[in-house]
Amino acid sequence: MEITFNGTLHELEAGTSIQELLDQLRLDCLQVVVEHNHNIIPRQRLAETVLNNGDTLEVIHFVGGG
Amino acid sequence: MQITVNEQNHTAPANETAGSVRDRIKADADLVIVNGFPASAEAVLNNGDQVVLIRRGEVPGADELDALLTARHTPGVHEAVKGATIGIAGVGGLGSAIAIALARTGVGHLIIADFDIVEPSNLNRQQYFVDQIGLAKVYALHDTLARINPFVRVTACHLRLTPANIKEVFGHAQVLVEAFDLADQKVMLIETFATRFPDRPIVTGSGMAGFGPANTIRTQRVANNLYLCGDGSTAAAPGTGLMAPRVGVAAHHQANAVLRLLLGKAPEDEA
Repeated sequence: MEITFNGTLHELEAGTSIQELLDQLRLDCLQVVVEHNHNIIPRQRLAETVLNNGDTLEVIHFVGGG
Repeated sequence: MQITVNEQNHTAPANETAGSVRDRIKADADLVIVNGFPASAEAVLNNGDQVVLIRRGEVPGADELDALLTARHTPGVHEAVKGATIGIAGVGGLGSAIAIALARTGVGHLIIADFDIVEPSNLNRQQYFVDQIGLAKVYALHDTLARINPFVRVTACHLRLTPANIKEVFGHAQVLVEAFDLADQKVMLIETFATRFPDRPIVTGSGMAGFGPANTIRTQRVANNLYLCGDGSTAAAPGTGLMAPRVGVAAHHQANAVLRLLLGKAPEDEA
Protein backbone atom coordinates (compact mmCIF):
# COMPACT_ATOMS: atom_id res chain seq x y z
CA MET A 1 0.00 0.00 0.00
CA GLU A 2 0.98 3.62 -0.42
CA ILE A 3 0.77 6.54 1.99
CA THR A 4 1.81 10.18 1.71
CA PHE A 5 4.50 10.70 4.30
CA ASN A 6 5.68 14.29 4.87
CA GLY A 7 4.48 15.22 1.40
CA THR A 8 5.97 12.32 -0.60
CA LEU A 9 4.57 8.89 -1.54
CA HIS A 10 5.91 5.93 0.45
CA GLU A 11 5.41 2.21 -0.10
CA LEU A 12 4.46 0.47 3.15
CA GLU A 13 3.50 -3.02 4.25
CA ALA A 14 -0.26 -3.31 4.82
CA GLY A 15 -1.28 -3.27 8.48
CA THR A 16 1.63 -1.13 9.68
CA SER A 17 0.81 1.00 12.72
CA ILE A 18 2.10 4.55 13.16
CA GLN A 19 4.29 3.40 16.06
CA GLU A 20 5.83 0.65 13.90
CA LEU A 21 6.61 3.18 11.18
CA LEU A 22 8.22 5.55 13.72
CA ASP A 23 10.29 2.62 15.04
CA GLN A 24 11.41 1.69 11.50
CA LEU A 25 12.50 5.31 10.97
CA ARG A 26 14.13 5.40 14.45
CA LEU A 27 12.00 8.42 15.44
CA ASP A 28 11.44 8.98 19.17
CA CYS A 29 7.71 9.45 19.75
CA LEU A 30 8.52 11.85 22.62
CA GLN A 31 10.14 14.29 20.17
CA VAL A 32 7.63 14.22 17.31
CA VAL A 33 4.11 15.44 16.67
CA VAL A 34 2.18 13.06 14.39
CA GLU A 35 -0.68 14.24 12.23
CA HIS A 36 -2.69 11.43 10.61
CA ASN A 37 -5.25 12.44 7.97
CA HIS A 38 -5.25 16.00 9.38
CA ASN A 39 -5.74 14.97 13.01
CA ILE A 40 -2.96 15.14 15.59
CA ILE A 41 -2.57 11.74 17.29
CA PRO A 42 -1.53 11.62 20.96
CA ARG A 43 1.38 9.29 21.70
CA GLN A 44 -0.80 6.79 23.59
CA ARG A 45 -2.70 6.06 20.37
CA LEU A 46 0.26 5.66 18.00
CA ALA A 47 0.51 1.89 18.49
CA GLU A 48 -3.20 1.21 17.96
CA THR A 49 -3.56 3.45 14.90
CA VAL A 50 -3.05 1.34 11.77
CA LEU A 51 -2.22 3.03 8.47
CA ASN A 52 -4.36 2.47 5.40
CA ASN A 53 -3.73 2.84 1.70
CA GLY A 54 -3.99 6.51 0.68
CA ASP A 55 -3.46 7.90 4.20
CA THR A 56 -1.62 11.15 4.79
CA LEU A 57 0.94 11.29 7.59
CA GLU A 58 2.91 14.30 8.77
CA VAL A 59 5.65 13.71 11.33
CA ILE A 60 7.10 16.91 12.78
CA HIS A 61 10.35 16.53 14.69
CA PHE A 62 11.04 18.97 17.54
CA VAL A 63 14.34 20.15 18.99
CA GLY A 64 14.90 21.81 22.36
CA GLY A 65 15.33 25.52 23.00
CA GLY A 66 13.06 28.39 23.84
CA MET B 1 -17.30 66.12 7.16
CA GLN B 2 -16.86 63.65 10.03
CA ILE B 3 -13.48 62.89 11.63
CA THR B 4 -12.39 61.36 14.93
CA VAL B 5 -10.10 63.29 17.28
CA ASN B 6 -8.56 61.26 20.14
CA GLU B 7 -11.17 58.61 19.39
CA GLN B 8 -14.10 61.08 19.72
CA ASN B 9 -16.33 61.87 16.75
CA HIS B 10 -16.12 65.44 15.48
CA THR B 11 -17.79 67.40 12.73
CA ALA B 12 -15.14 69.42 10.89
CA PRO B 13 -15.34 72.09 8.16
CA ALA B 14 -14.49 70.98 4.65
CA ASN B 15 -11.13 72.80 4.59
CA GLU B 16 -9.93 71.49 7.98
CA THR B 17 -6.17 70.91 8.33
CA ALA B 18 -4.10 69.07 10.96
CA GLY B 19 -3.07 72.48 12.33
CA SER B 20 -6.56 73.97 12.49
CA VAL B 21 -8.07 70.99 14.29
CA ARG B 22 -5.18 71.07 16.78
CA ASP B 23 -5.67 74.80 17.47
CA ARG B 24 -9.38 74.31 18.00
CA ILE B 25 -9.29 71.20 20.27
CA LYS B 26 -5.87 70.92 21.97
CA ALA B 27 -3.71 73.95 21.15
CA ASP B 28 -0.79 72.81 23.32
CA ALA B 29 -0.42 69.51 21.45
CA ASP B 30 2.95 69.24 19.72
CA LEU B 31 2.22 66.15 17.65
CA VAL B 32 -0.69 65.49 15.29
CA ILE B 33 -1.14 61.89 14.08
CA VAL B 34 -3.45 61.37 11.10
CA ASN B 35 -4.43 57.78 10.25
CA GLY B 36 -1.39 56.45 12.08
CA PHE B 37 1.22 58.82 10.63
CA PRO B 38 2.60 62.14 11.94
CA ALA B 39 1.15 64.99 9.90
CA SER B 40 2.36 68.56 9.21
CA ALA B 41 0.13 71.45 10.24
CA GLU B 42 -0.77 72.15 6.59
CA ALA B 43 -1.98 68.60 5.88
CA VAL B 44 -5.58 68.77 4.65
CA LEU B 45 -7.97 66.38 6.36
CA ASN B 46 -10.52 64.20 4.62
CA ASN B 47 -13.82 62.75 5.70
CA GLY B 48 -13.31 59.73 7.98
CA ASP B 49 -9.76 60.64 9.04
CA GLN B 50 -8.59 59.51 12.48
CA VAL B 51 -6.69 62.30 14.26
CA VAL B 52 -4.76 61.96 17.52
CA LEU B 53 -3.36 65.01 19.33
CA ILE B 54 -0.40 64.36 21.64
CA ARG B 55 1.41 66.64 24.07
CA ARG B 56 4.89 65.21 24.75
CA GLY B 57 5.67 64.44 28.40
CA GLU B 58 2.05 64.71 29.48
CA VAL B 59 0.88 61.60 31.35
CA PRO B 60 -2.70 61.19 30.21
CA GLY B 61 -5.57 60.07 32.40
CA ALA B 62 -6.77 56.48 32.13
CA ASP B 63 -9.68 57.42 29.88
CA GLU B 64 -7.46 59.16 27.38
CA LEU B 65 -4.59 56.67 27.56
CA ASP B 66 -6.31 53.88 25.66
CA ALA B 67 -7.00 56.15 22.70
CA LEU B 68 -3.46 57.49 22.71
CA LEU B 69 -1.84 54.04 22.95
CA THR B 70 -3.67 53.00 19.85
CA ALA B 71 -2.72 56.11 17.87
CA ARG B 72 0.16 54.36 16.08
CA HIS B 73 -1.81 51.22 15.34
CA THR B 74 -2.83 50.59 11.80
CA PRO B 75 -6.55 51.43 11.67
CA GLY B 76 -8.63 48.26 11.88
CA VAL B 77 -5.90 46.15 13.52
CA HIS B 78 -6.58 47.31 17.06
CA GLU B 79 -10.28 46.52 16.80
CA ALA B 80 -9.41 43.03 15.54
CA VAL B 81 -6.99 42.17 18.36
CA LYS B 82 -8.45 43.83 21.44
CA GLY B 83 -11.18 41.22 21.78
CA ALA B 84 -8.74 38.32 21.42
CA THR B 85 -7.55 35.84 24.06
CA ILE B 86 -4.15 34.24 23.42
CA GLY B 87 -2.53 31.52 25.53
CA ILE B 88 1.25 31.44 25.97
CA ALA B 89 2.71 28.22 27.41
CA GLY B 90 6.13 29.00 28.85
CA VAL B 91 7.47 32.52 29.38
CA GLY B 92 11.22 32.05 28.93
CA GLY B 93 13.15 33.41 25.98
CA LEU B 94 10.35 32.89 23.48
CA GLY B 95 7.27 33.43 25.64
CA SER B 96 8.39 36.62 27.41
CA ALA B 97 9.20 38.31 24.10
CA ILE B 98 5.99 37.08 22.46
CA ALA B 99 3.88 38.37 25.36
CA ILE B 100 5.50 41.81 25.15
CA ALA B 101 5.00 41.99 21.37
CA LEU B 102 1.34 40.99 21.67
CA ALA B 103 0.73 43.43 24.55
CA ARG B 104 2.24 46.27 22.50
CA THR B 105 -0.01 45.19 19.61
CA GLY B 106 -2.99 45.57 21.93
CA VAL B 107 -4.16 41.95 22.23
CA GLY B 108 -6.90 42.19 24.86
CA HIS B 109 -6.24 39.13 27.04
CA LEU B 110 -3.07 37.07 27.51
CA ILE B 111 -3.03 33.83 29.50
CA ILE B 112 0.58 33.16 30.53
CA ALA B 113 1.64 29.96 32.30
CA ASP B 114 5.05 28.84 33.63
CA PHE B 115 6.40 27.22 36.82
CA ASP B 116 9.81 28.86 36.60
CA ILE B 117 11.59 31.57 38.63
CA VAL B 118 13.73 34.38 37.17
CA GLU B 119 17.43 33.42 37.45
CA PRO B 120 20.49 35.46 36.49
CA SER B 121 21.29 33.01 33.66
CA ASN B 122 17.94 33.88 32.03
CA LEU B 123 18.90 37.51 31.44
CA ASN B 124 21.00 36.76 28.33
CA ARG B 125 17.82 36.34 26.29
CA GLN B 126 14.65 36.57 28.39
CA GLN B 127 12.67 39.78 28.93
CA TYR B 128 13.32 40.14 32.67
CA PHE B 129 15.37 42.55 34.78
CA VAL B 130 18.01 42.21 37.50
CA ASP B 131 15.54 43.48 40.09
CA GLN B 132 13.15 40.62 39.17
CA ILE B 133 15.60 37.81 40.01
CA GLY B 134 13.88 35.32 42.31
CA LEU B 135 10.33 36.26 41.27
CA ALA B 136 8.02 33.83 39.52
CA LYS B 137 8.41 34.59 35.80
CA VAL B 138 4.66 34.92 35.22
CA TYR B 139 4.31 37.57 37.95
CA ALA B 140 7.43 39.47 36.85
CA LEU B 141 6.15 39.46 33.27
CA HIS B 142 2.68 40.53 34.39
CA ASP B 143 4.27 43.62 36.02
CA THR B 144 6.24 44.42 32.88
CA LEU B 145 3.18 44.04 30.64
CA ALA B 146 1.18 46.38 32.90
CA ARG B 147 3.90 49.02 32.54
CA ILE B 148 3.74 48.71 28.74
CA ASN B 149 -0.02 48.53 28.25
CA PRO B 150 -2.28 48.63 31.31
CA PHE B 151 -5.30 47.81 29.16
CA VAL B 152 -4.13 44.27 28.41
CA ARG B 153 -5.76 41.78 30.77
CA VAL B 154 -3.21 39.22 31.94
CA THR B 155 -4.08 35.89 33.56
CA ALA B 156 -0.84 34.69 35.18
CA CYS B 157 -0.68 30.98 36.10
CA HIS B 158 2.30 29.97 38.21
CA LEU B 159 2.17 26.22 37.66
CA ARG B 160 3.68 23.36 35.70
CA LEU B 161 1.56 22.60 32.65
CA THR B 162 0.56 18.94 32.34
CA PRO B 163 -1.93 16.96 30.23
CA ALA B 164 -4.28 17.24 33.25
CA ASN B 165 -4.42 21.05 33.44
CA ILE B 166 -3.70 22.36 29.91
CA LYS B 167 -7.35 22.17 28.81
CA GLU B 168 -8.44 24.18 31.84
CA VAL B 169 -5.67 26.80 31.82
CA PHE B 170 -6.05 27.50 28.10
CA GLY B 171 -9.76 26.75 27.76
CA HIS B 172 -10.48 30.32 26.59
CA ALA B 173 -7.42 30.71 24.34
CA GLN B 174 -8.43 31.03 20.70
CA VAL B 175 -4.78 30.59 19.63
CA LEU B 176 -2.14 28.74 21.69
CA VAL B 177 1.52 29.72 21.59
CA GLU B 178 3.97 26.93 22.46
CA ALA B 179 7.05 28.54 24.02
CA PHE B 180 8.61 25.72 26.06
CA ASP B 181 12.27 24.84 26.23
CA LEU B 182 12.29 21.01 26.11
CA ALA B 183 11.30 19.12 22.95
CA ASP B 184 9.24 16.46 24.76
CA GLN B 185 7.29 19.19 26.58
CA LYS B 186 6.57 20.96 23.27
CA VAL B 187 5.19 17.69 21.90
CA MET B 188 3.14 16.99 25.06
CA LEU B 189 1.53 20.45 24.93
CA ILE B 190 0.67 20.26 21.23
CA GLU B 191 -0.79 16.74 21.49
CA THR B 192 -2.91 17.69 24.48
CA PHE B 193 -4.27 21.00 23.17
CA ALA B 194 -4.79 19.78 19.59
CA THR B 195 -6.68 16.70 20.76
CA ARG B 196 -9.05 18.76 22.93
CA PHE B 197 -9.35 21.83 20.65
CA PRO B 198 -8.65 20.58 17.10
CA ASP B 199 -10.07 23.73 15.49
CA ARG B 200 -7.81 26.17 17.34
CA PRO B 201 -4.42 27.10 15.82
CA ILE B 202 -1.16 26.39 17.64
CA VAL B 203 1.97 28.45 16.94
CA THR B 204 5.10 26.56 18.00
CA GLY B 205 8.85 27.22 18.06
CA SER B 206 11.59 24.74 17.19
CA GLY B 207 15.20 25.43 16.22
CA MET B 208 16.50 28.84 17.31
CA ALA B 209 19.70 28.11 19.25
CA GLY B 210 23.15 29.41 18.34
CA PHE B 211 24.14 32.28 16.08
CA GLY B 212 23.47 30.87 12.62
CA PRO B 213 21.92 33.12 9.99
CA ALA B 214 18.67 34.78 11.08
CA ASN B 215 17.26 34.11 7.61
CA THR B 216 17.08 30.36 8.23
CA ILE B 217 14.31 31.00 10.78
CA ARG B 218 10.97 30.69 9.00
CA THR B 219 7.26 30.37 9.66
CA GLN B 220 5.82 27.20 8.16
CA ARG B 221 2.47 25.48 8.29
CA VAL B 222 3.53 21.96 9.27
CA ALA B 223 0.12 20.44 9.98
CA ASN B 224 -3.53 21.38 9.50
CA ASN B 225 -3.65 23.81 12.46
CA LEU B 226 0.03 23.91 13.50
CA TYR B 227 2.46 26.65 12.53
CA LEU B 228 6.17 26.19 13.29
CA CYS B 229 8.62 29.08 13.67
CA GLY B 230 12.34 28.38 13.72
CA ASP B 231 14.94 26.64 11.58
CA GLY B 232 13.48 23.29 12.62
CA SER B 233 16.82 21.73 13.51
CA THR B 234 19.24 23.77 15.66
CA ALA B 235 18.79 22.41 19.18
CA ALA B 236 20.08 24.04 22.32
CA ALA B 237 23.22 22.04 23.20
CA PRO B 238 26.65 22.54 24.76
CA GLY B 239 28.47 24.94 22.42
CA THR B 240 25.16 26.00 20.81
CA GLY B 241 23.53 28.14 23.45
CA LEU B 242 20.33 30.13 23.31
CA MET B 243 21.01 33.81 22.63
CA ALA B 244 18.87 36.90 22.49
CA PRO B 245 19.11 37.67 18.75
CA ARG B 246 17.99 34.36 17.25
CA VAL B 247 15.54 33.57 20.06
CA GLY B 248 14.09 37.04 19.50
CA VAL B 249 13.76 36.44 15.76
CA ALA B 250 11.88 33.19 16.37
CA ALA B 251 9.71 34.76 19.10
CA HIS B 252 8.65 37.58 16.81
CA HIS B 253 7.91 35.12 14.00
CA GLN B 254 5.54 33.50 16.48
CA ALA B 255 4.01 36.81 17.57
CA ASN B 256 3.50 37.84 13.94
CA ALA B 257 1.93 34.45 13.16
CA VAL B 258 -0.57 35.08 15.99
CA LEU B 259 -1.33 38.56 14.66
CA ARG B 260 -1.87 37.25 11.14
CA LEU B 261 -4.19 34.52 12.42
CA LEU B 262 -6.23 37.13 14.31
CA LEU B 263 -6.46 39.21 11.12
CA GLY B 264 -7.63 36.19 9.13
CA LYS B 265 -4.40 35.85 7.15
CA ALA B 266 -2.24 32.76 6.59
CA PRO B 267 0.85 33.02 8.82
CA GLU B 268 3.16 30.98 6.60
CA ASP B 269 5.14 32.17 3.59
CA GLU B 270 3.01 33.04 0.61
CA ALA B 271 3.28 30.25 -1.96
